Amino acid sequence: MTMRERLNRIVLLLVLLIGSATAHAEDASALKAGVFEPPREAPDFALPGSNGSELKLSAYRGKVVLLGFGFTSCAAVCPITLGTLKQVNKKLGAQASELQVIYITVDPEHDDAARLKKYLSSFDPNFIGGTGSEAQLAAVRKDFGIAAEKVAGPDGSYTHSSFIYLIDRQGRLRALMPFGHVADDYVHDVRILLTAP
Amino acid sequence: MKILHWLALPLLAAIVGIVAWAALAPVQFASREELFEIPKGTWARRMAGDKVEILPSRIRLTLGVHDVLLLRNLDDVPQVFGPTVMMPGQSFRLPFEVASSYNFACTAHASGQMTIIVYPQPTSPWQRLSWRTIALWDAVT
Repeated sequence: MTMRERLNRIVLLLVLLIGSATAHAEDASALKAGVFEPPREAPDFALPGSNGSELKLSAYRGKVVLLGFGFTSCAAVCPITLGTLKQVNKKLGAQASELQVIYITVDPEHDDAARLKKYLSSFDPNFIGGTGSEAQLAAVRKDFGIAAEKVAGPDGSYTHSSFIYLIDRQGRLRALMPFGHVADDYVHDVRILLTAP
Repeated sequence: MKILHWLALPLLAAIVGIVAWAALAPVQFASREELFEIPKGTWARRMAGDKVEILPSRIRLTLGVHDVLLLRNLDDVPQVFGPTVMMPGQSFRLPFEVASSYNFACTAHASGQMTIIVYPQPTSPWQRLSWRTIALWDAVT
């Protein structure tokens, strides 16, 4: 190999490296959701799942995960969010098999695995819920920075963080979608994460 | 009486000038990002009993000109910052595309809530005047 050919190869390599770095930066900034930079590994958890098995976040490596927190008696936020996520699965078509929605309860007193399954299935049978003891769930919320507080009163309601985390195929916490975004925004971001390296 | 008259004229002219500027000058910002940073040593200061408030409970943004919230944790420990937990050295960039009021549960505030109000971009003279009046009110209250 001549010196000129070597130089050409080095230049080509540099162009490819710069190109891939730029492409990654563009991907991240193009998301509709709020983006973490650099992304960190999503804290793992193991909770009783609504499907009767252990729900372990790391078991979903290879898929994009949309992770939310709420409770089955929620009248305001959760039905809207889950309804939106149902539309996301529908709009993704065949790509929906590469996406997993996980919803973790903040109300373990009422939301056991069976109740979560019934509730989530009313939106989409592929959604998986997580429950557990108050201490288990509090630890998960702390890891993800989720606020949840029981509202004083007879109806046992909660105020809670209403956003959805977007976790990429490598299990990294990439972004946070605030409440109120439409299904198309999720579809846009999920497609970027599905194609990202 | 004549002295008062001569004083009132420049004052009136100044007020008319300010109102005209507020209505006609386009709303501009140096950056579209509203940046908040947790400085290094914040955790240590909090442990020492300092009440360090970095993020206000209400943040005002404007579509098209100043519509991105940017948070950075420059401290050495993870911090609950705004709606989420941020690792040391990590940033969080949240763009807004719809004018609305966004509430986030936030344990860092006594109210437990952080509100981000995103205003539409003021394009007409009346909108610019209203926008600047609200901004002035927010600044003094």
